Amino acid sequence: MNFLEVVAKQRVLAPAGIPVPRSVHCHTAEEAALAFEELGPCMVKAQVPTGKRGKAGGIKPANSATEARSVSEHILGMTIDGHAVGSVLLEEQAEITREFYAAILIDFASRRPLVLFSTEGGMDIEVVAATRPDALRRHLVDLDTGFEQAAAFAMLSGLDMAGTEQRVATVLAALYRASAGTDAELIEINPLAVLADGRVVALDCKLTLDDAAAFRQLELAPQAAAEPMTDLEREGAENGLKFIQLDGNVGVLANGAGLTMTTMDVIAHCGGRPANFLEIGGEAYTKSEAALKLVLSNPGVKSLVVNFCGAFARTDVMAEGVVTAWKRLNPAIPVFFSIHGTGEDEAVRFVREGLGQEPFDLMEDAVQAAVNAASSAGAAR
Amino acid sequence: MIIYRQSARVLVQGITGKQGTFWTEKMIECGAQVVAGVNPRRAGETHLAVPVYATAKAAMAETPFDIAVMFIPPAMARDAALDAIEAGAKTVVILTEHIPVRDVIAIHHAASTNHTRIIGPNTAGIVTPGEGFVGIMPGHNPNIFQPGEIGVISRSGSLGTLICLNLTRAGIGQSAFLGIGGDPMIGTTTRDALKALDEDPRTRAVVLVGEIGGAMEEAAAEYASGMSKPVVSFIAGRASPPGKKMGHAGAIVSGTVGSYDGKRRALLAAGVVVADTPAEIPGLLEAGLGGAATQSEVMAFRA
Repeated sequence: MNFLEVVAKQRVLAPAGIPVPRSVHCHTAEEAALAFEELGPCMVKAQVPTGKRGKAGGIKPANSATEARSVSEHILGMTIDGHAVGSVLLEEQAEITREFYAAILIDFASRRPLVLFSTEGGMDIEVVAATRPDALRRHLVDLDTGFEQAAAFAMLSGLDMAGTEQRVATVLAALYRASAGTDAELIEINPLAVLADGRVVALDCKLTLDDAAAFRQLELAPQAAAEPMTDLEREGAENGLKFIQLDGNVGVLANGAGLTMTTMDVIAHCGGRPANFLEIGGEAYTKSEAALKLVLSNPGVKSLVVNFCGAFARTDVMAEGVVTAWKRLNPAIPVFFSIHGTGEDEAVRFVREGLGQEPFDLMEDAVQAAVNAASSAGAAR
Repeated sequence: MIIYRQSARVLVQGITGKQGTFWTEKMIECGAQVVAGVNPRRAGETHLAVPVYATAKAAMAETPFDIAVMFIPPAMARDAALDAIEAGAKTVVILTEHIPVRDVIAIHHAASTNHTRIIGPNTAGIVTPGEGFVGIMPGHNPNIFQPGEIGVISRSGSLGTLICLNLTRAGIGQSAFLGIGGDPMIGTTTRDALKALDEDPRTRAVVLVGEIGGAMEEAAAEYASGMSKPVVSFIAGRASPPGKKMGHAGAIVSGTVGSYDGKRRALLAAGVVVADTPAEIPGLLEAGLGGAATQSEVMAFRA
């Protein structure tokens, strides 16, 4: 889950002792005009959980209360990278002398936390890695020794730090502690600015929390930014179903992530377009009725493939749910089944007796039939 | 130990729960030597005819085991895994999905210190047809698994099951099924599993079932380029949109990392045959093993 800059700064960086600029969080242009009186010349920053704010015109200076009002009004009306701007953060303007980059992330290959630091802040770290590798330091953290001030100081050795080593090392060590304490998958300060008065300040912060740790991040997790979702995707999430709406015409209902992706792949291979990703594997295999309703609610769906291969999930339980729901909903589109694995015989019987049809032996044949049906339904229009 | 052998003594952590009980019965029915279970609140009892201990360490002291398999919810998975590792398990099979990443790091750190093999997290388990299985795979179903000479590696349980079913129906048995897990940070990687099957004298060829996300298939391709056993691969997620987690936490394309095209290119360059659909795999394997082992002939077979 992702967070707005203001939440990352006020709930994570500031409590960790990492300096951030003075700021006021505003939801209306009127609040912004008032905030100017408190802050003086400031930056007005759109609060959306995406890194494309600056380029999209979502960060602008304001040098008067009138300007703070008009700039905020404009930014509050924007949509950036699919996110409607719901609030702006007004921050004191800073006289920047240097811009650094600092981040803590997880290195999946070495299975360790990774500290990244660069003296070239303000740009994408991928660009720095490609063009200025000499300005970039990578430090894989050994869990036995951790990452304290001394390790951070050593990491900066040889970089052009303009005398800020101790202050930056303090920030890096604090950032590492904060990332561990908040179950962050990524916490990134870009830029970490050196100001004319010598302060080292986090001017922007990106925070991504581990979704799986939400159960123990009880204060932070509820403050996550809303994911951009369609209404159907939200309905799925509320029912504990991972549903992704796509623009195709063949609906997919399968169990397990791998089998569901494969069903989509075979639809594309057969010349069709998948209308959704939806898996009811794992503990969700008893939810096939709710899942079927979701798939059928997608307006583009012209036919449906039901592809079950039971390992952990029982195909008889899934098939019974689908057949019962199908009879109740009585949809006007055709459905094609392929069912194998745990509970197969019962599942096939449910389909045969409930819907009067025979599941296909090969999933590829069920998919081809569904693709053909969807394309002839399209042609009939 | 990556390939399951019947001689392995198995400890089931969470043996008394609904799923723990159901799958332990299946494992025993299928031939596994389940010697003990763990549930701190039921220590001293007997469940499914084996003793229940408070911890894996207590079990090891009285009833030594080789493999620990975990039916444990995410919030408790770290402590259970550390218990099994510190007890001296040779292999820990972690079925649990959605374990916090920091906990997974701690598990892998302890495992590397103690030289413990971790399989998973988020694996469906490992099966050796004719010997048994550990996990939540239908290892007891003869329509899906039959003894033979093909090793199968899969990040996904459901897709791995379908692939084995297709092989069995084509009369092609399996030497081992290695479920390695759908998480992004797993203990036994695709490359580790491929190496184990390459070194296994009972395996003649390998089916490698991957997915989009991460770089494990690319690393496995590097190993495959030096193998003499044929490898046939299927990579799920070709039609998946980028930037979305496709059910598995590990199945996400971010930027250019983890894309289908990158994996396919790497595998083809290593001489691995890449199937477009699961149903093609049995035919490609037979072509690969039947003497028509050159890439061009296999490609011709496909056309």
